[in-house]
Amino acid sequence: MSFLTVVYALLFYSATAVLVIGVGRKIYIFAKAPAPLKIPTTPAPTTQTGVIMRMFREVVFFESLFKGAKWTWLFGWVFHMGLFLVLLRHVRYFQDPVWFPIELIQPFGAYAGFAMVAGLAGLFGRRMLVDRVRYISAPSDYLMLILLMLIGLSGLMMTFVAHTDIVAVKKFFLGLMTLSISELPADPVLLVHLALVALLMLIFPISKLLHAPGIFFSPTRNQVDNPRERRHLAEWAKRFEQQ
Amino acid sequence: MAKADFEVPELQEYTEVPKYVEGTMAHSSPYVAKPDHQTPLGFPGALVPDWEEKTLEAMGDLLGKYRSFQVYLDSCVKCGACTDKCHYYLGTSDPKNMPVARQDLLRKVYRRYFTFAGKFFPKLVGAVDLTREVLDEWYSYFHQCSQCRRCSVFCPYGIDTAEISMAAREILDRIGYGQKYCNEIIAKVHKIGNNLGLPGPAIQNILDGLEEDVLDDTGVAVKFPLDVKGVDILLVTPSADFFAEPHIDGLIGYAKVFHECGVSWTVSTKASEAGNFGMFIGSYENMRRVSMRIREAAIELGVKRIVFGECGHAWRVAYAFLNTLAGPFDFLDPNYPVPQHILEFTWDAIQQGKLNLDKSANDDKVLTFHDSCNVARATRMGDKPGGQFEIPRNVIKAVCNNYVDMEADTIKERTFCCGGGGGLLTDDLMELRVKGAIPRINALNNVVQEHGVTHMAAICAICKSQFTKVIPYYGFEMDQIVSVHQLVSNAILLTGQGEQDDDDGEDDE
Ligand code: SF4
Ligand code: SF4
Repeated sequence: MSFLTVVYALLFYSATAVLVIGVGRKIYIFAKAPAPLKIPTTPAPTTQTGVIMRMFREVVFFESLFKGAKWTWLFGWVFHMGLFLVLLRHVRYFQDPVWFPIELIQPFGAYAGFAMVAGLAGLFGRRMLVDRVRYISAPSDYLMLILLMLIGLSGLMMTFVAHTDIVAVKKFFLGLMTLSISELPADPVLLVHLALVALLMLIFPISKLLHAPGIFFSPTRNQVDNPRERRHLAEWAKRFEQQ
Repeated sequence: MAKADFEVPELQEYTEVPKYVEGTMAHSSPYVAKPDHQTPLGFPGALVPDWEEKTLEAMGDLLGKYRSFQVYLDSCVKCGACTDKCHYYLGTSDPKNMPVARQDLLRKVYRRYFTFAGKFFPKLVGAVDLTREVLDEWYSYFHQCSQCRRCSVFCPYGIDTAEISMAAREILDRIGYGQKYCNEIIAKVHKIGNNLGLPGPAIQNILDGLEEDVLDDTGVAVKFPLDVKGVDILLVTPSADFFAEPHIDGLIGYAKVFHECGVSWTVSTKASEAGNFGMFIGSYENMRRVSMRIREAAIELGVKRIVFGECGHAWRVAYAFLNTLAGPFDFLDPNYPVPQHILEFTWDAIQQGKLNLDKSANDDKVLTFHDSCNVARATRMGDKPGGQFEIPRNVIKAVCNNYVDMEADTIKERTFCCGGGGGLLTDDLMELRVKGAIPRINALNNVVQEHGVTHMAAICAICKSQFTKVIPYYGFEMDQIVSVHQLVSNAILLTGQGEQDDDDGEDDE
């Protein structure tokens, strides 16, 4: 086994561990912190089903962002939906045999990569060109977009320009999952692609990528509007009742 | 026009999003609370010597107590969707009045001390050390947020800058750096029972005077009871309703509605304030203490229902928090929501045909309606989402012939704050209040020009006070602001009214 393969194997094991533990820890923190007061942004659904629908529209269509900023919505939505398809497409590297729906989306997944990069480019342009957005941007905000763009571009290169041995890549990842590591092709583009993905996984739990779990815990979006009907009391607030 | 020692912005046809200009409002900072204002609330009298430590301690404590605070500090992606949504940014061009930038004032300290990235790569993620400058900036800009929640409507994660402002103010209070206006008022409520510090006899006087006025006007003995036991309804209303214009005309409206519906009611000295500034300073405990007065009054007076008068943030605390803070209200009549809004009450009465209304009494006016931010984005009326928009409009349309809405982007859930909410209704923030009102005034001006609107109705004591003070800067008259129940009051024909001679209406005063 080559040194490179070992390094990448270790990289992906640790990145996965950091991602799972880091995000898990954050979700635990989010879940544990109580929301002591009812603060849904109204008009809000009055039933749990309504809340699920609201959250669905928020997560799938970016409803609030659509109301707020049409260009950002367009670029952001195209990027996320592209990313989603691309991720689904990549599932084939982790299963054998490949699930039928995953087979089906393969052709779309390839082009979704372009959509993803285009959306990111739009977001990057907006961040630089709109004075207000530039004002609120830290270096990390630009770097995050660059990182994602590089991941997308390197991926697209392998699909359309410099093909890599995807059978070997698949073997490598299946091997990682079964603890029987096999050789990773030493293609530069592939190595860059994978290193950047691992980097993304590593920084996920310490960056703004936490918006992904965050939205599900947002009290203004996930609370039922029923304060008059149901008393809502946080654990820590109960001590006042005893006085 | 009122005089100002700052430049009053020009009215625009549509509120344009300005290019940012740094520091335009850096000087804006309300008076700091004195020990007398701080200690009754349970806060240190002055800035504590070890404030750095105490600030971080308070922040850590709130992170564990408020999911909103924790999740919102972690989740912002700096998408910028909120940047042009705040009336204070639109009115001042100060970039720190963009909601996300306001949050960032606190977030950059959170990152520095509570996150891995901020501890090890502060420059990269924009994290900074907690210094006195940072603290003063918090004090300044977290008192340039009226907690109106407009930003939260448009944020893809529902990040509510109001939550961050409340937390920031709570932290500032805990280290002895509170705001005079809010804390002085809360201390008054704790001591006397209302924001204005009106003692019982003064309220009695006012109510007696109102009884006489209404009797003179209508020939009907409409009661304005105080501390009467065993009645149906406890009316909790903002204390401004007892003396300010146009608030007091609203109070007369409530009394007439109750009278016509044949329900008995009372105001309480103990709960003579619907407002609850505890919310503005983000203090659960103070908000609870103020709320408990209402529970106690309801029990002592033995009422069956609680109805709230016209006030925005008060309705938020009442509708969304009262059950939590001072419930359960199982001792009240379960056939009615607890609490009820006076507009819900009046709208029910109108639908049941209990009120005899003469719309033409308001024919001298063309109305529009200002949705108060807290009512619009933090509460509901009736049992359907959006009832908070429909019910006030239904009532207005039931008592007026001429009604026009302002532009869609400035009403309902997108309504603009009056510019004086969230504990900023103080003279030491006059510049902020005048400039922050501009998006609303632009929209008002449009309907005035295009549709001949003469009056804007409001359902919030703060909105009414703010507008009557601020619209003269823009060339409007104070009395163009009216209470919704003032319109109701004008239109109601009381049973028995006009049965004596009709022309005795002119000789009062
Ligand atoms: S809209 Fe929300 S996520 Fe976007 S910058 Fe504003 S607070 Fe951050
Ligand atoms: S809550 Fe209102 S005042 Fe505060 S930042 Fe958001 S839009 Fe501005």
